[in-house]
Amino acid sequence: MATITKQEMLALSGDEAIAYAVKQSDVDVIAAYPITPQTIIVERISDYVNNGEMDTEFVCTESEHSAITACLTAAAMGVRTFTSSGSAGLALMHEILYVTSGCRVPVVMAIVNRALSAPLNIHCDHTDSMVERDACWIQIYVENSQEAYDSIIQAFQIAEDPSILLPAMVMLDGFILSHTLENICVLSNEVVQKFVGTRQIPLVRNHEGKLVPFKLDPENPITMGPVSLPNFYLEQKRQQEEAIQESTQIIKKVHNKFAEISGRRYGNGLIESYHLEDADIAIICIGSTAGTVKTVVDQLRARGTKAGLLRIRTYRPFPTQDVIKALGNVKAIAVMDRSHSFGSQGGPIFHEIRHTLYEVPERPYITNYIYGLGGRDMPPSLLYEIYEDLEKILKIKRVENPVRFLGLRE
Amino acid sequence: MVTLNDLKTIGQPNWCPGCGNFPIWHALKSAIVETNLEPHNVVIFSGIGCSSKMPHWINTYGFHSIHGRPLPVATGARLANNNLTVIAVGGDGDGYGIGIGHFIHAMRRNINITYIVTNNQVYGLTTGQTSPTSDKGFATKSTPTGVIEMPINPIALAVTTGSTYISRGFSKEMKHLTKLIVEGVKHEGFALIDVLQPCVTFNRKNTYEWFSERVYKLEETDHDVTDKQAAFQKSLEFNNRIPIGLFYKETKPTYEDELPQIKDIPLIKHRIEDIDIRALMDEFV
Ligand SMILES: Cc1ncc(C[n+]2csc(CCOP(=O)(O)OP(=O)(O)O)c2C)c(N)n1
Ligand code: SF4
Repeated sequence: MATITKQEMLALSGDEAIAYAVKQSDVDVIAAYPITPQTIIVERISDYVNNGEMDTEFVCTESEHSAITACLTAAAMGVRTFTSSGSAGLALMHEILYVTSGCRVPVVMAIVNRALSAPLNIHCDHTDSMVERDACWIQIYVENSQEAYDSIIQAFQIAEDPSILLPAMVMLDGFILSHTLENICVLSNEVVQKFVGTRQIPLVRNHEGKLVPFKLDPENPITMGPVSLPNFYLEQKRQQEEAIQESTQIIKKVHNKFAEISGRRYGNGLIESYHLEDADIAIICIGSTAGTVKTVVDQLRARGTKAGLLRIRTYRPFPTQDVIKALGNVKAIAVMDRSHSFGSQGGPIFHEIRHTLYEVPERPYITNYIYGLGGRDMPPSLLYEIYEDLEKILKIKRVENPVRFLGLRE
Repeated sequence: MVTLNDLKTIGQPNWCPGCGNFPIWHALKSAIVETNLEPHNVVIFSGIGCSSKMPHWINTYGFHSIHGRPLPVATGARLANNNLTVIAVGGDGDGYGIGIGHFIHAMRRNINITYIVTNNQVYGLTTGQTSPTSDKGFATKSTPTGVIEMPINPIALAVTTGSTYISRGFSKEMKHLTKLIVEGVKHEGFALIDVLQPCVTFNRKNTYEWFSERVYKLEETDHDVTDKQAAFQKSLEFNNRIPIGLFYKETKPTYEDELPQIKDIPLIKHRIEDIDIRALMDEFV
């Protein structure tokens, strides 16, 4: 059992916390393109490289498409890579996201969530990364900048685990986290470097049946991303599914290992429950909103209301069984989505939760709130409104309005 | 008669005081007035960047699109209604970096669009990173030790890609720039106006003074604007002397000229109710 090591407290913004974690994680190649509100990550990293604090090749590409592609191939050569983006930048990466997971290349990326055009908006919502939920990337949504720092370090270990080999993205809320200062506990360089280690390359069987390292290596040539016709493609996709399902165990394991050296835990690494044990009513959400919900839950509890919160930390892989277990006896649930699936009933998290609860014999009432699109503020007053709605639902024993746009001017 | 007053909008530009975009904005408005274009017949498309905010502050039709994409969106509009005067505006990062593919294809297509690139050799809006036209060695926030790549040479690229109107202006030479835009708008085909646009906040190297010491006007030399080889030669000059003005001009059929559907009337004016497709159906079905 490792012991909690000495840590230093630094005042860092979310972007800076990410850059700091990357600096310590022994990354070999970084390719990136600036986009508000992610830009500071790229700038801090260039400073670190320039000052000699990082032994990394850093390239400013001409677009995000080139950035993710350069990371893809660098990682395919067996080195550790990192990139970062958000909004239109992430959308521009879309086709390569699938190539990265399909080639089983463990790139790590930080996404600073920002709305998509049009209309043009630079503020936070989760549309950009929700769009990519099916790309077979591990998706971790953080609540605060401390968790952003911790999760980046964990992400390398998770993605590179030889049983997983999938890319991972860590999401933090644009401006709300990326640009606000927080006191962050940072581990020493040595401790982080020991934790992330060097990238492990598993052996695979090549075309001659010989065991060779799974990387593009002229000594032991293999091909990545060749044509796969209908006779193989399906099996390959199934393997990806198995790997991402398996990653729930690795995420928990790495989270535990990290807790041992840092003393910090985020639930079980997949979900975080807050006063759920005896809760009658609960909110489910992701990202920084969870912090505000916790405050509201405390105040409601002080008044005797049995309110709770379930924060989903890893949206992919979706922790189905953990969610079912955590919701236990909750009678009415409000799912908060900071994005919307247009033309469907509600947002993506709502879809997922309602789908998950189908297996439960006694299903709770469940409603959906679309909120905060394009950076619309999410004050506690609106959260009280949600909990009041839930109490009303329990009273009248039905959900009148399953999907609502919260705080909408009508 | 259109006046500058007609082109006023409610908002005012929020560029930094002294930004090289102000004179470009004035020049563009003056060019619209000089060519007497009715505001409702003009559409200004832009990408994303400081200069791409331009359509907000000129009272014509406008479309603030996606980073790097003003040319494809402008192309769509121009094909739908080739009676419109279509102008595209964007930064060097926008047009010569993330959107460079569109730049090359719009030129080779010779579509009738006037493209103004506000070339400040840096990313302004994202607060000062290297751009594709940054000088080699230029230190920015993303390249503290200096850029190691060679810059894009947009004029040389335009000459070799078949652009039919190739020019360069300078923010400090507003009248000269206005003339280049007027001629570009009148030109039948793709017109490039690359503008040396000092970014007073993030580019402390390529300043008004730096350019003023170097620029000279091609019109004041014996440069022959119909000589492609001479244009190429001139395009390579970007050191102690920097030519501005018209590098090259040629008359060639435009993309629209090659499309029989829109040669006489624009697509949006086609009356589909008058078209009898029965003969075609008989032939193919
Ligand atoms: C796909 C995408 N990537 C990145 C950005 C962020 N971004 C906005 S403007 C810009 C570059 C600005 O430089 P330039 O195009 O030269 O215009 P300027 O601001 O200097 O006028 C960048 C990187 C974006 N909006 N969209
Ligand atoms: S940052 Fe540069 S380009 Fe942008 S408005 Fe300011 S001076 Fe102009």
